[in-house]
Amino acid sequence: MDVKKYVVKQISVFSENRPGRLAAIAHALGEEKVNILAFSIAEASGFGVVRALVDHPEKAHKKLTSLGFNVAFTEVIAVHMKDIPGGLYEVAKILGDAKINIEYSYAYSGKDGAVLILRVDHVEEAIEKISKSGATLIESSVFH
Amino acid sequence: MFWDKPTETLHGEKLKALQLKRLKKTIRDSQNVGFYKKCLADAHVRPDDIRTLEDIQKIPFTKKQDLRNGYPFGFFAVPLKKVVRIHTTSGTTGKPTVVGYTPNDLDAWADLIARNMTMVGVTEDDIFQNMVNYGMFTGGLGFHYGAEKIGMTVIPSATGNTRRQIEMIQDFGVTTIHCTPSYAMHLSEVAEEMHASLDSLKTGIFGAEPWSETMRSSLEERLGVTAFDSYGLSELFGPGVAFECPERDGLHIWHDAYLVEIINPETGENLGNGEQGELVITPLVKEAMPLLRYRTGDITMKLEDGCLCTRGQKISRITGRSDDMLVIRGINVFPSQIEHVILKIPEVGNQFMVYVDRVNHLDEMTVDVEINRDYFSGELTDLARIQKKVVKELRDALELRTTVKLVEPGSLPRFEGKAKRVIDRRGDAI
Repeated sequence: MDVKKYVVKQISVFSENRPGRLAAIAHALGEEKVNILAFSIAEASGFGVVRALVDHPEKAHKKLTSLGFNVAFTEVIAVHMKDIPGGLYEVAKILGDAKINIEYSYAYSGKDGAVLILRVDHVEEAIEKISKSGATLIESSVFH
Repeated sequence: MFWDKPTETLHGEKLKALQLKRLKKTIRDSQNVGFYKKCLADAHVRPDDIRTLEDIQKIPFTKKQDLRNGYPFGFFAVPLKKVVRIHTTSGTTGKPTVVGYTPNDLDAWADLIARNMTMVGVTEDDIFQNMVNYGMFTGGLGFHYGAEKIGMTVIPSATGNTRRQIEMIQDFGVTTIHCTPSYAMHLSEVAEEMHASLDSLKTGIFGAEPWSETMRSSLEERLGVTAFDSYGLSELFGPGVAFECPERDGLHIWHDAYLVEIINPETGENLGNGEQGELVITPLVKEAMPLLRYRTGDITMKLEDGCLCTRGQKISRITGRSDDMLVIRGINVFPSQIEHVILKIPEVGNQFMVYVDRVNHLDEMTVDVEINRDYFSGELTDLARIQKKVVKELRDALELRTTVKLVEPGSLPRFEGKAKRVIDRRGDAI
């Protein structure tokens, strides 16, 4: 299988933990007509990382960098979930049984069902394991 | 009470004659040090040209940076085998400043401490808990040997474990303590939490950082001690250079051991009584490491002569610094040291800001540094690792725990001209 097509590009933005930083990032993306499909904020002492899945990651990266933000791309994978009670359990159990260790994860629910976004240690190996285990991976072309 | 009344009360011509004799010897000894040989030669001064105390003004000043340039033993006037102890103090960058002592130096130093402690009324009947660092810092061993010389019962408790410190004060019936004023305040609070009474305490000797009269009243009330200010610096042996007598109106500086000048830090010109300036000291009894006109960086003034206790002329309590040195929990920190550390860490940028606060009576230093764009992986764990690395490097260099905040690249102020990288928010807070 072509595992590459399941590798999704997330943008990770370094941010100080102070009021207005998320607004600044969101405003910049809005101006560039970049749509945010999902995002999460991870917080450490005094600073954090804003992680976002967007429709135009290259454009977002360029814009935020030009504004002085520190931006990096991070490879994540997206797994389809049923948007019903027990939907997360179904997928989480498959991942657990397949011995996939999750570094972090966030999710969103859209008109085509719910999506679980995962950051794992070894992306390509995880893609193979997940696809064998019966869960449905979503191709990156769906987002970008 | 006096430890050495004839010396402590020397005045006028007798004092001047002793000072001049010792100054001449110090200058002769200094010629064993390459730096001073060159220093006098460059100034076209021969040791014999110094015939009066005023003649010392012909000699250039010695700065802390000069000592740093002599690292490690460049300022020793005696062979290393004659040096029996080494202490260090923070340098302005990277390397510390090294100070050395001969057996005579250690004896002279202990004697000065004995004078100070006797002056404030403690005797061999007292039990003394010395709650300062016993390592390279001069405060620990300096007071230790001075107190032993008096015959006090000395508890070398050093720093840390405040509850244990309080138990020892109670169990051993401690009468006299020595620590930084901020630690004393912390001690009083912990004692309060423990509902521990510190009834045995009578005398508190506080030094190594500046403290206010408000702090004095507060400490005296909370600890039930009479509080005395202690002044010294490692380059001049350590603590014991100047001390309050029971009048507690200025510091007695020991004129037989230290030749005092107050200068305008900008022009170097000598100032008279009552004029505030930088304290410049030529130690008169130091063997291993004689210094000529050493700029302490401390701001004070000479007070009018004539203390009720009959000892010599006093200087005012230290009111500030002529340079950018910070005193954090009794430890001297130069912003240049922080810069030196930051510049060595590629993961962070070259800009920084330092904030100093007092939290629960203890100094807290926060250093803001920018994350370097090229080292941002997008992972929080990598950021946390960088943050830890900066904390560790700063702790290794400053011997001080700091809080490090990673900030966005380009977010710290850039300075044109003189940088103001330190914001000290402690004010007169107690």
